Amino acid sequence: MDTLNQILQFLINALSLGGLYALMALGLALVYGILRLVNFAYGELVLVGGYSLLVFGEGPLPWVIVAALSVLMALVTSLLLERVAFRPVRDASPTTMLITSFAVSALLQNAATLFISPRPKAVRTPSFFIENIRVGGLLISKGNIASLVISLATLGILTLFLRRTILGSALRAAADDFVMTRLLGVRANQVIATAFAISGLLAGVVSLFWIGRIGSVVPFIGLTPVLIAFVATVIGGMESLTGAVVGGYLLGFVNVGLQLMLPQELLDYRDAFTFAIVILVLLFRPQGLIRGTYSAERV
Amino acid sequence: MLVLENVHVRYGAIAALRGVSLRVNQGEMVGLIGVNGAGKTTTLMTIAGVLKPTQGAITFAGQSIVGQSPEEIVRKGIALVPEGRRIFPGLTVEENLRLGAAIRSDRAEIQRDIDEMCTRFPILGERLKQPGGTLSGGEQQQLAIARGLMSRPSLLMLDEPSLGLAPMLVAEIFELVAQLRETGVTILLVEQNVERTLEIADRAYLVNTGQVEFEGPAEELRKRVDVVSAYLGGPN
Repeated sequence: MDTLNQILQFLINALSLGGLYALMALGLALVYGILRLVNFAYGELVLVGGYSLLVFGEGPLPWVIVAALSVLMALVTSLLLERVAFRPVRDASPTTMLITSFAVSALLQNAATLFISPRPKAVRTPSFFIENIRVGGLLISKGNIASLVISLATLGILTLFLRRTILGSALRAAADDFVMTRLLGVRANQVIATAFAISGLLAGVVSLFWIGRIGSVVPFIGLTPVLIAFVATVIGGMESLTGAVVGGYLLGFVNVGLQLMLPQELLDYRDAFTFAIVILVLLFRPQGLIRGTYSAERV
Repeated sequence: MLVLENVHVRYGAIAALRGVSLRVNQGEMVGLIGVNGAGKTTTLMTIAGVLKPTQGAITFAGQSIVGQSPEEIVRKGIALVPEGRRIFPGLTVEENLRLGAAIRSDRAEIQRDIDEMCTRFPILGERLKQPGGTLSGGEQQQLAIARGLMSRPSLLMLDEPSLGLAPMLVAEIFELVAQLRETGVTILLVEQNVERTLEIADRAYLVNTGQVEFEGPAEELRKRVDVVSAYLGGPN
């Protein structure tokens, strides 16, 4: 009974962390798939979400409203970035676009440092993030349940959107062959804006739970999420949205698994072990775990 | 219907088209023949708006379309079935067809057109729900053509539809293209397969290193096999 409890505990924690990582990776992969741009400013959308939680949270609004507003801020910021920073350089070299994303990232981090504070600021988080509920012999964190459920729900809704709507299929087509979709008349700006909007939405949702776990926000809070998103996307296979999700969950499982398995002295090196495993995966399968969409034709 | 006058296109420092002039009249099938690298695909991509000319005029139905985006040009009635088919491998056959009608909003008619494509191209009907990437080369070519027709274009441009296909399939594709004329679509056909192209086209232009070297009725070009061979290197 005790082992069963341990396994369930592990599963819940892994799925909950994995879910967040998956959402994060998906947001990055969505933009990469269409524009071939690794948007390093993506982490800063988590920053925007976090600081929105801070600022709106100081008022009398109920947390659900604060959360919704913060996600909205991340979405709007993402759209703004696309319009102001990325669209003008869309036809430039990939290097230019990459540098632009670094520049935006630096701009936002420094804005947070200057206008709010370089030091961590505590964010009002609802109590359920630290509360536990007892189910059978298990003590489960409510926050973990929430992130598990919300991440699955978000993935589900997004899958429905991508598979059942015209705009969704246009996005998937654009990830396969962007020029071809334009040749069919699908407006490039619409598709790209939609991708950035979804990307922002996902970062916003992630920021709720990321900051919820930590309890505070700091200007470089976006660094870890974007790094994880990037690593998850790479091990999942950069051409595949499913791969990004799988990569995210896998990283979550590895991370939580290591927390259980590593001896006390090595716990601090958990990240090092995680990345060592990533290196091993890439050594054996450099193209990523999930094969990209069928690219070879049967003749 | 479509007129190109003295069109120049560059890829960086390389001049891909050096003063190409051609015309396609309504209801015609015009062939654009030449070897690899002659500038055929460049011509189609420029008409379609993917490439921009550095010089020259392109008019369609009397209006200039130079400098317009691909999204605008397809809305003018020009559809391109590009080299290499470029169907969306991750999307189903049906989704590919539906995206072909992206510029249209008449849902009932779109559905009717999809059904018609399934009748005209039975293999697509069979594989309607399968991902495009699972289709064979010949099937993908049919899908690409059907997808191009979904926007109900007045001018259909085909870039090397027989490329990479087994000889039997090549015959089928040319048969298909010949049949398309019957439906009233004006066709601009780019091909390396000179013989078959001249069999079904009304007129043809022979392109070489970015220039039109020869033009005339298909009949005439077929007789001038010697000249044509000189440009295409050996008997066809």
